[in-house]
Amino acid sequence: MTLPAPLEELVEDFEAVGTKDKLQLLLELSQELPALPARYADAADSMEQVHECQSPLFLAVEVDDDAERHVHLFFSAPPEAPTTRGFASIMHTGLDGEPAATVLGVPDDFYTALGLTQAVSPLRIRGMAAMLARIKRQVREQVGDGQGGEP
Amino acid sequence: MAPTDPSPKFAEYAHPERLVSTDWLAEHLGDPDVVVVESDEDVLLYDTGHIPGAVKIDWHTELNHPVTRDYVDPEQFALLCGERGIARESTVVFYGDRNNWWATYALWVFRLFGHEDVRILDGGRAKWQAEGRELTTEQPKPNPVEYPIVERDDIAIRAFKEDVLSHLGGQLVDVRSPGEYSGELLHMPDYPQEGAVRGGHVPGASSVPWARAANEDGTFKSRAELSAIYEDEQGLSKDEPTIAYCRIGERSSHTWFVLSYLLGFEGVRNYDGSWTEWGNSVRVPIVQGADKGSVKGSS
Repeated sequence: MTLPAPLEELVEDFEAVGTKDKLQLLLELSQELPALPARYADAADSMEQVHECQSPLFLAVEVDDDAERHVHLFFSAPPEAPTTRGFASIMHTGLDGEPAATVLGVPDDFYTALGLTQAVSPLRIRGMAAMLARIKRQVREQVGDGQGGEP
Repeated sequence: MAPTDPSPKFAEYAHPERLVSTDWLAEHLGDPDVVVVESDEDVLLYDTGHIPGAVKIDWHTELNHPVTRDYVDPEQFALLCGERGIARESTVVFYGDRNNWWATYALWVFRLFGHEDVRILDGGRAKWQAEGRELTTEQPKPNPVEYPIVERDDIAIRAFKEDVLSHLGGQLVDVRSPGEYSGELLHMPDYPQEGAVRGGHVPGASSVPWARAANEDGTFKSRAELSAIYEDEQGLSKDEPTIAYCRIGERSSHTWFVLSYLLGFEGVRNYDGSWTEWGNSVRVPIVQGADKGSVKGSS
């Protein structure tokens, strides 16, 4: 599996602990999700809704114009949806600031390595897969490498 | 057994003993025979802060059987209760997020096991919070108790697909959104698709989205308002057996609670297989569109 270092580190953190502590870790991550910058906070409709999540989650993706096309991620989810916030925070911690090619190279099923399926339930975990898919689609569109769009 | 909440609003209901107000709960927190259970859609919400002393029961990971599509078995249920300090005689007060969906679902599962004194906190988590009442992250440490191993009764309040088939032509309540009922949507608006290959509803089912039973603040509507919806508008009779369903049986347990305990309907069953079973079953009858439709040969 080729994961960017920060995401790899998160996966290792989750792998190292039991079910109860996995939830604790996810809760801590949910509390670390950065607040939206003003340009999104005031314009929620410019963000994309991830319908696959159980609670409302909006995301925005920005790609720098530099050589490596660094990716920046922004998420919005209400405080009464800590699980969704936790998933978003995993994405943010693991992928924000990484080059586009690295983000696109993350395996679609990377979340299985977190071992959260049992603690959180398969249905709830689906939102995380959807988040990654939508992030990748937006990155592809913005990079415009000729291979954009759905495979 | 804890005393019944004497609120005048509850006294109107068929079973006032099934509800408690936030005031009542605040007064009875710490009563040795009262156990408060938080049951949420979000598996982490309890851990961000809960009613002092409340324990958590998660519907997905603790009430569902880990392998079979079913509920936990009697041994698992006894263990679950015992660990949380719930005795067979305990008064269990459920509350949760999303207008108490999951709270009524958990309560329904407790009733499958015949736990007698189960109640809902009217307005749930949102009302408690809106009133500025205390929430804590302190984990309660209940003294484990011995909960008896009791067989689950899947007859009285639970319906299976075969039961629904033989009930066709009888009273059915579809509590999903209008789009799901008509078949335009295969899942709740803004919710994940949970894998039904056909859209629509069971022939003859009345469409009463579950949330119509709740006020803005998550409390239940008054008896008169509920009666106007289910009895007057929909023409449902409390003396006829009724089956409620939704997508996986969670929203319909809210309606099951309303019909059984607030309006006093006799013989209400919750079909937990719901649309994720019916919409995938081969050759079961389905009606699409806003009309109820009828069952061939029954009218």
